[in-house]
Amino acid sequence: MLEIKDLNVFYGAIHALKGISLTVGDGELVSLIGANGAGKTTTLHTISGLLHAASGSITLDGKDLQKVPANTIINLGLAHVPEGRHVFARMTVEENLRMGAYILKDQKKVSENLEKVYAHFPRLKERYKQLAGTLSGGEQQMLATGRALMTDPKIVLMDEPSMGLSPLLVKEIFAIIEELHRSGITILLVEQNAKMALAVSDRAYVLETGTISMEGRAADLAADDRVRKAYLGA
Amino acid sequence: MKQNKTMQGYLLNTVVIVVLFAAFQMLTAAYGGSGSFKLVIAPCLWQCCYLIILAASLNLVLGFLGQLSLGHCGFMAIGAYTAALLSLACERSEVFKNANDPVYLVIIFACILAAGVLSALVGLLVGIPALRLKGDYLAIITLGFGMIIVNIINNLPFCGQDGLALGSASASLYKNGLGFGSKSKVTFLWVALLTTIVCMTMMFMFIRSKYGRCIRAIRDDEIAASASGINTSFYKVMTFAYSAFFAGVAGALYACANATLSTSSFAFTNGGILNSTFIVVMVVLGGMGSLTGSVVAAVVMFLVNYQIKNGAWVALLPASVQGVFQYPMLVYAILLIIIIVFRPKGIFGAYEFSLRNLPADLKASRARKAAEKAERKEAGAHV
Repeated sequence: MLEIKDLNVFYGAIHALKGISLTVGDGELVSLIGANGAGKTTTLHTISGLLHAASGSITLDGKDLQKVPANTIINLGLAHVPEGRHVFARMTVEENLRMGAYILKDQKKVSENLEKVYAHFPRLKERYKQLAGTLSGGEQQMLATGRALMTDPKIVLMDEPSMGLSPLLVKEIFAIIEELHRSGITILLVEQNAKMALAVSDRAYVLETGTISMEGRAADLAADDRVRKAYLGA
Repeated sequence: MKQNKTMQGYLLNTVVIVVLFAAFQMLTAAYGGSGSFKLVIAPCLWQCCYLIILAASLNLVLGFLGQLSLGHCGFMAIGAYTAALLSLACERSEVFKNANDPVYLVIIFACILAAGVLSALVGLLVGIPALRLKGDYLAIITLGFGMIIVNIINNLPFCGQDGLALGSASASLYKNGLGFGSKSKVTFLWVALLTTIVCMTMMFMFIRSKYGRCIRAIRDDEIAASASGINTSFYKVMTFAYSAFFAGVAGALYACANATLSTSSFAFTNGGILNSTFIVVMVVLGGMGSLTGSVVAAVVMFLVNYQIKNGAWVALLPASVQGVFQYPMLVYAILLIIIIVFRPKGIFGAYEFSLRNLPADLKASRARKAAEKAERKEAGAHV
């Protein structure tokens, strides 16, 4: 579904992504793990048009994403859950979700999707009138994720959903990611929490200072000695 | 159900506004002839009207879009000069004979509209490059644009000081056009009130619409808004232009209320009530993100300004305080500091006064206060 070939991205003189290639198949949950500064977020931002690549190609179902501005990329079915829970703090939970469906013109479809999101996240339904800024960290992550699902995207990019959450909430968030995956949504997950990410993913890529050093089935990677030493603390 | 409630709110507001407006008309008819009404109350009301529009329109950019613009008076200047020059042209080409001519009314409203449209166009031109910047940089560039606009007006041959004064004193020239004397200020007071009501309604409709939701989303998080498919630059520039439109309308009312125009009244260094920082103070005082707050704050700031200049009680104060009052900007600055320290969200915060929700809001506020009291009592008991 999503195919990235030989992607090079620069921040000024800094070569942040050095020719990375990766694919995400239909219905797959693929994770991209790596340490701080490896280029995980850069990869996601380049895919969703917030950054521009110097060379290489990004295609979604054969369509080139590079020429598409960030705010119209969602029309092609690619939703981005940004890092650090970017919710609209001074709007209510329901307003936040409705903003997610901004590109949908059909109000009936919006209500349908809203019910679907509430089914995934019952906690959000309980608090639909609350201001998003007053939600807890985990709930804000749920809200950001739910908002991305409001358009029925083909693929969801998730950037560090576990960031800044307590271990219990991290488990909860990953349970939700697994459930979304089971319901047939394609997900590209970027995580520092390699253990959790590998546990839920089908396949994974390991990113090290701008290059992909390893790739393979998540279970294989989790058993790999190098990965265990570097990322799983074993 | 929800639709129903909204309709109720609209209906209630319309009825109340119409009743108030009618009552006001009757009062004007009854007392309009008296000296104090003509010389004090009517001019004050005119001033309040354009200040309300000005503060509310800046709130769209500052409170709802979250972008600091310091050049709002530039747009007001454009509106004022457009209205004055247009009415002057009509007067010279004898489109109307005198103020009793029915065409005269049409021209007043045409001038107000033209003032708004031209300001909006300039707002569009300024907004496209300026809104690529953020925060301090945007503040600086809008400040610059405000000054540039005023300077351009000052140096245009047909609208600088010389332009409006061609052949005779500036005051007498467009007085028969839009510049109202004290008598017409009473006769046409309803024009100012009606314009203010229409403008406020348009702004309320804007922030309640899809557009309003979008700009609040941009204010809260630009990246997430963009990821949701919102074209952030389009909405920013559009809001900026929409806000400039109302600043222009306010300028037209200003031109009506003052029989003379001088670019120095819109300059940034102007110490009077009309400068861009003063409007920012009004918006902050009322609460960023509350249009009703802006209305209240505009009136409050007008009264503060009026009192420190004309209040009888000022003479009773020690000489040093009176000395401070000589420089009203100092008073506004102190006021702004006090607001930021004690009530950082302004008088209203983001709360909107609403007639329909008033009983419910009062109830909620009473309940909250009671809860706080009970809590304090409990805390006291523990101590």
